[in-house]
Amino acid sequence: MSGSSDGGGTVAYIQHHLTNLCVGDCDPVFFSVVLGVLMVAVSWRMGQNLATGTPSGFQNFVETIIDFVSGQVKDTFPGHNPIIAPLALTIFVWVWLMNFMDLIPVDLLPAIASGVLGIEYLKVVPTTDLNTTLAMSLTVFALILYYNFKVKGAAGYLKMFLFHPFGKFFVPVNIVMSVIEELAKPLSLALRLFGNLFAGELVFLLIALIGGTMAVGLGALIWFPLQVVLDLGWLIFHLLVITLQAFIFMVLTIVYLGMAHTEEH
Amino acid sequence: MNINVTLIAQIIAFVTLLWFVNRVLWNPMNDLLAARQKRIADGLAAADKGKHELEMSEKRAKEHLVEAKSQAAEILAQAEKRGNEIVEEAKEKARTEGDRLVTAAKAEIEQEANRAKEQLRGKVASVAAAGAGRILGREVDEKAHADLLKDLVGQI
Repeated sequence: MSGSSDGGGTVAYIQHHLTNLCVGDCDPVFFSVVLGVLMVAVSWRMGQNLATGTPSGFQNFVETIIDFVSGQVKDTFPGHNPIIAPLALTIFVWVWLMNFMDLIPVDLLPAIASGVLGIEYLKVVPTTDLNTTLAMSLTVFALILYYNFKVKGAAGYLKMFLFHPFGKFFVPVNIVMSVIEELAKPLSLALRLFGNLFAGELVFLLIALIGGTMAVGLGALIWFPLQVVLDLGWLIFHLLVITLQAFIFMVLTIVYLGMAHTEEH
Repeated sequence: MNINVTLIAQIIAFVTLLWFVNRVLWNPMNDLLAARQKRIADGLAAADKGKHELEMSEKRAKEHLVEAKSQAAEILAQAEKRGNEIVEEAKEKARTEGDRLVTAAKAEIEQEANRAKEQLRGKVASVAAAGAGRILGREVDEKAHADLLKDLVGQI
């Protein structure tokens, strides 16, 4: 905690936490790749001794998640496409894990990084970086375009731009509307997740500042418990938020890809 | 907050992770779940079948029991009837045997009586002659009074 009570210190503190480790923004890449490797390693290790009969412990937990995602895909996605469910599962778990980094005390990892490794700036939560969320939404968007072309054909997809949503007498309006609609999909996906997590992280930082900016003394008797209570409250609320955001990203991905798979609009 | 080369790196990371999850987690897990689903379904079907078979065999056993009971009753009735018959036969036999014995005895008695009569007849003449001689004080010639004696003997 770089606790100085003037406004410049506060801004510096917040900017410190939101400044990336290196110019090419390698810290979100680092943390997201670490979490991805963790996912793969855990599932690979579990895959070594899968129990067909009666699953126990961790396998049960993973099966519950997979069943949940599978159910979501079955409910929302028309037809069958083997890539949709793994995609949804990857998004759900990965986004959740990246969001979860938000719940780690805000100063813990940066403190370790600067204290032990000598790294001054560290941005812990990958989803507070627009690059991360946009990367996922653009990949989804690429899939949306691919399946639109594959299922509807180039002519069919073009026809949707021309005659949707107002019929054949409003072709120029239709083109503008449809283009906006299509482009809004990846943008809204990326911005929603980024905005929620960025705001959440910011609130954590502000809560951390309550105690940090106060001078040690009698005031601490009031501010310190307040900080603890607020932090706990926001942690519990944020646990809901990160799950909800991961879920929304997953469901919208399924819905958008489902729309790409349907002929009639 | 600028968008830069990180975007490309994150896209690559995401696609790679997607590929890994599909390979390492989703497919094996899905196969496993499908296999378990099938196993459970098979098990339930087998249980149902077993239950059905149990019901069937219980029903069969009941039928067998009823049949066996009726058979036993029939056999019992037959045995009783046969026993009665045997008793009746034995009674009949005993009666005829008794009758036969009685008639045989009667015949023998008659024979004996006749024989005794014959013997008596033989002796009566001489006894009568001796009696008459005593009475008359002299010898009575049996030959002389043969006709008379014959007549006497015939009266016995």
